Amino acid sequence: MRKNGRVQPGNLGSPTQSLGRRMLKNWELYLFMTPALLYFLIFHYGPMYGIQIAFKNFTPVKGITGSPWVGFDHFERFFNSYYFWDLLWNTLSLSFYELAIGFPLPIILALAFNEIRNGGFKKTVQTVTYAPHFISMVVMAGMIITFLSPSSGIIIRMIEAFGINAPDFLSDPRWFKTVYVISGVWQSTGWGTIIYLAALAGVDPQLHEAAIMDGASRFKRVLHINLPTIIPTITILLILNMGNVLGVGYEKVLLLQNNLNMESSDVISTFVYRSGLVSAQYSFSTAVGLFNSVINAIMLIAVNRIAKRTSDTSLW
Amino acid sequence: MTTIRESRSDKLFLIINYVYLLLALVVVLYPLVYIISASISNPKLVSSGEMWLFPKGLTLDGYKLVFDNPKIWIGYRNTIFYTVIGTLLNLAVTLPAAYALSRSDFVGRHFFMGMFLVTMFFSGGLIPTYLLVKNLGLINSVGALILPVAASVWNIIVARTFFQSTIPKELQEAAHVDGCTNIRLFLKIVLPLSSPIIAVMALFYGVGHWNSYFPSLIYLNDDMKYPLQMVLRQILVLQEMSAETTGAAISGDIAQAMANKAEIAALVRYAVIIVSTLPVIAVYPFLQRYFVQGVMIGSVKG
Repeated sequence: MRKNGRVQPGNLGSPTQSLGRRMLKNWELYLFMTPALLYFLIFHYGPMYGIQIAFKNFTPVKGITGSPWVGFDHFERFFNSYYFWDLLWNTLSLSFYELAIGFPLPIILALAFNEIRNGGFKKTVQTVTYAPHFISMVVMAGMIITFLSPSSGIIIRMIEAFGINAPDFLSDPRWFKTVYVISGVWQSTGWGTIIYLAALAGVDPQLHEAAIMDGASRFKRVLHINLPTIIPTITILLILNMGNVLGVGYEKVLLLQNNLNMESSDVISTFVYRSGLVSAQYSFSTAVGLFNSVINAIMLIAVNRIAKRTSDTSLW
Repeated sequence: MTTIRESRSDKLFLIINYVYLLLALVVVLYPLVYIISASISNPKLVSSGEMWLFPKGLTLDGYKLVFDNPKIWIGYRNTIFYTVIGTLLNLAVTLPAAYALSRSDFVGRHFFMGMFLVTMFFSGGLIPTYLLVKNLGLINSVGALILPVAASVWNIIVARTFFQSTIPKELQEAAHVDGCTNIRLFLKIVLPLSSPIIAVMALFYGVGHWNSYFPSLIYLNDDMKYPLQMVLRQILVLQEMSAETTGAAISGDIAQAMANKAEIAALVRYAVIIVSTLPVIAVYPFLQRYFVQGVMIGSVKG
């Protein structure tokens, strides 16, 4: 099959074949792509076309193209609104709070898993800690509400057993973010270890043998061999997380939100949902959503650039 | 690793390590056990805190109320329907595309992949997507729940990586020499060799459909079409405890036995959590390695 070294094995088309002929040869592969291509064009690129209503006064009657342009009016209204800084602060603080607590924990847990031999105990702990990943947001919110119920919640009972007066976690705005973050840790720390365990499997055993010869303790070896091995994975995940600092999702926040904790629980995404779908201010909320996406994209590019400069690891 | 006498500091480190893992186990396991116990315990003992680990005052009334509730049955039926149809669509979109992208002789694969990847980092957002679904006339239909999530870039990458690493190039070459078309090659040779990735994909997508509530919240306006998660939202989060949500049986014998409506509500809540989460949690330990495999395949390339 191969005519010269430049042709990769498996590349059936010889380099002398024209582009058109190589495309024609595998025409069925384009057929394979069609459903996915249509899906992404319609449901991902379609809404991107719809973003223009952020710069228009959209009315359903006139449609996306027919509505009049208004420039940056909606953005100005949002930036000048009294809730702009509150929303930004809530979104950023919730995001960084979650990152500060939720990001290191799977790393530590994965390093701990890696230190014990494969056996019943390890398997049990893994199976149990992975399980909450499969609990739906609705059930998760239901559990949080039930456990923290002021009259009968088990967590409230436990706190009171120590003689401490339990705060009203769900209606006190000061507690909303902690409840959100801690429950997130409970649900996703175990599952988060998998990606690090995969990376840890690649540690060269010879490094450990050499370190043992030199008298390095277990702890030292974890710190100086295992941890450095997974640094690239950590970097990639950190970049992805940083690129999503304004991306606090509405799914969970929306379920835990109530009128009493609103001042700390209202984030950009829930605001977009409320003003857009509940109050039908389509153009305005699209503008707010666009602001959110643009900041996220800028963050991602910026953090990726920093990572590229300071380490060898980056997304692209 | 070589077996070398552990020093004292190493032993201490190992002990701390075990204690840490044990702590993680207890912290994650306790709420799960508590819910199971609470769902079959006397609600009075649960709310007073007397029941804190093992069931006390056994009762199955919570489950009776849940199973007597027509809303939950309808929700269950809808969820199964949406999950099956949605997952089949996901597979039909993801697998052929992932296979095409895995072929190095597929002209334009970098362009297509790039086009898909862009959507991971930039999206039109909630409102333009909603308006699109509305304009397509999908409001209040199954289409609104399954079409906007017909594929995920992440899963396409995972499946593509699988095809690249497990389908030998020689196989494809030999098939082509024998005059086998790409369609036959995919259906008769590639798919039968790919049952692990089909399982992983079906599981990832299936769990997603089973647990999703937000699309139903914004796109459905008919109670009869609500999936289980929307019924759960009414019971668990909004805590609507009308006769309708808790079931007609409240007016029957059980209600007579339990004077306190709040207690019934609490009991129903625990039971409903178990009933809705059980299918996923029960099959998960058996399929765990597939899920883990999926994440690992993804992380190699990711």
